[in-house]
Amino acid sequence: MGLKSRQRTKVKRQKVNTMLIINNLKASIGGKSILKGITLQIKPGEIHAIMGPNGSGKSTLAAVLAGREFVEVTEGTVTYNGKNLLDMPPEDRAKEGIFLGFQYPIEIPGVSMVNFMKTAVNEHRKHNGLAPLSASDFLKMMREKKEMVEIDSKLANRSVNEGFSGGEKKKNEIFQMAMLEPKLAILDETDSGLDIDALRVVANGVNKLKKPDNSFIVITHYQRLLDFIVPDVVHVLYDGRIVKTAGKELALELEEKGYDWIKKEVENNIPV
Amino acid sequence: MNGKSEVTERYLKLYKENIDKISGISSPYLNSFRKKAIERFSELGIPTKKNEAYKYTNLNTFFDNDYESYFMPVKADFVKAEKFRCDVANLDTHGIVLLNGFYPTINEKLRQLPSGIWIGSLNEAALKFPDQIQKHYGKYAKNENDGLIDLNTAMASDGLFIYVPEGVELTKPVQVVNLVLSDSDIFNQPRNLFVVEKNAHFSMIICDHTLSPQKFLTNAVTEVFVGENAHFDLIRMQNEHNAACKITNTFIHQEQKSLATSNNLTLHGGLIRNSTYHILGGEGAECFSYGLFLTDKWQHVDNFVNVDHAFPHCTSNQLFKGVLDDMSTGAFNGRILVRPNAQGTLAYQKNNNILLTDDAKMDSKPQLEIFADDVKCSHGATIGQVDSDALFYLQSRGINKREARLMLMFGFAHEVIQNIKVEALRDRMDNLVMQRLKGELSRCASCLVKCG
Repeated sequence: MGLKSRQRTKVKRQKVNTMLIINNLKASIGGKSILKGITLQIKPGEIHAIMGPNGSGKSTLAAVLAGREFVEVTEGTVTYNGKNLLDMPPEDRAKEGIFLGFQYPIEIPGVSMVNFMKTAVNEHRKHNGLAPLSASDFLKMMREKKEMVEIDSKLANRSVNEGFSGGEKKKNEIFQMAMLEPKLAILDETDSGLDIDALRVVANGVNKLKKPDNSFIVITHYQRLLDFIVPDVVHVLYDGRIVKTAGKELALELEEKGYDWIKKEVENNIPV
Repeated sequence: MNGKSEVTERYLKLYKENIDKISGISSPYLNSFRKKAIERFSELGIPTKKNEAYKYTNLNTFFDNDYESYFMPVKADFVKAEKFRCDVANLDTHGIVLLNGFYPTINEKLRQLPSGIWIGSLNEAALKFPDQIQKHYGKYAKNENDGLIDLNTAMASDGLFIYVPEGVELTKPVQVVNLVLSDSDIFNQPRNLFVVEKNAHFSMIICDHTLSPQKFLTNAVTEVFVGENAHFDLIRMQNEHNAACKITNTFIHQEQKSLATSNNLTLHGGLIRNSTYHILGGEGAECFSYGLFLTDKWQHVDNFVNVDHAFPHCTSNQLFKGVLDDMSTGAFNGRILVRPNAQGTLAYQKNNNILLTDDAKMDSKPQLEIFADDVKCSHGATIGQVDSDALFYLQSRGINKREARLMLMFGFAHEVIQNIKVEALRDRMDNLVMQRLKGELSRCASCLVKCG
């Protein structure tokens, strides 16, 4: 009992200065171990970049944080604003301020963007004890956010992602993020498959939405997105573990030298 | 012939008992088809599961029943029907009310709308427009393997006739509300003929409602002629109770460069079989065939589509969707026939179904028979559950699982509904489908039957 209550006070104190605490997180998919013990802390206002070679577990980490069922957490804890994140269904995580920008946004024919966003925004408002937006206020909000993230206004009149190009889908993720104003946004390879113009639009969106009290996890394979979105911390994920953490200069080093030197370093230092 | 089933005998007997009465009230031209038709029916019988086209549908549950009466309209019946009003707001239409498929005999039997089109009883039309009847009646309703069409031809005493003269473009659709109402279990066989002449534009909505809880069996045949360059749009909204069986056989014959759309929206009904035949009988004709059904409990819905590409450069599109709950069952059979001379054919077919439970069952069968070389055909069929990736996508934006599922199913259905051109009806259908998906009974407010 004594131990339990002490832990609780500890969590409370951390809430003040740490938004997300990931502690020794292990997860597997279909019995195959993917995340092998991740420890990470994010404070409000910080941008963390997570880089790493293909198959290192970047997207799995994003999936665990957003609450995908097919990933099984086998060990460790994730505390978000003092709450046990892993106990919450995906929709509650979203309403508590977590947003996942999908690597492959889903096409949903027959469901209009307007209806989708209206439902989502009003669910968030209900959660925060606010009345639903009127139709005109909602449309006004849509218009403002569309301008803010520079997306084609026609996109919002269509079905969710249906027939969107790769770039449009990614811009649409940023638009949804602008609408929902999350506290912690996880962008899962939002830059993949984008040309330089679309990349700039996506990055501008992120920079405009950045406030002193919200945080970002930017998952990327390449350094080029980080020319536009400047991270406070860069982590390198390899084989399910964070093997290196440093400032933004690490991204440049990776761009120059690739991932092989990291792999070698890890292999030579076994056990990590 | 040997081996005639008991069920078939039942209807041959019904024919013998009623033929004098039927012939007495029908026009001689309609009567001239009966003898041959009953002979053919006697050979073919009521379709069984052995018939490839009825492989997934057991008609016996409804055909093997003693219907107390074979419906033939009398004046008194229409008084009740005349009181019925459709409750769809903002639906700007010419309204017509039918009783068990028949046109009211209270006032005029055939009347002309201000736009110039004629609407009324088929028998009456046989007297007034003998040329039209002789040109089109019995010419398109042909399927040598389906005895039900012959049974209708042999016994139908009347039905709805619509004539749209050349070049007439109707701005408002015609709405036909077909009320199914009786004091006893009955069997109905209406026979309809719609003629849309060259360059005319015509759209119609047929809404089926059951107003009394009796057991109903309807076997309707509709023939449609769509003239050169004409547009024809048919929406059928089926909302009947679980003790009702509706079989529709719709034959749409198109001349060159014409455009025809058929949309079968099945919200409720015990057993429903919609056979839709698109006959592309002129170069450059185009047709759209849509269908959507939502079933639960023991309901069964079967959509049978037959597109006949008989001429070059025609286009056909099929989109049929089903959402099946509980232990309900469904079937889709989409046949595309491209005849040897029909070069430049474009034919598309899509059938998607969602099973909400392990007990629901769906059979989907594409049937492409292509005898020309220059043809572009595609078909796809899916039977599955709500897409888990899409579900998670919605949840990840803060929408709870139940609501997210509902949105996805609604979106699934909306893909068919969005093709309805009449906006008020489209909105209404969206609304009804949403209610139905939420598990609320999606009958119009005027439906008095609470069928479990």
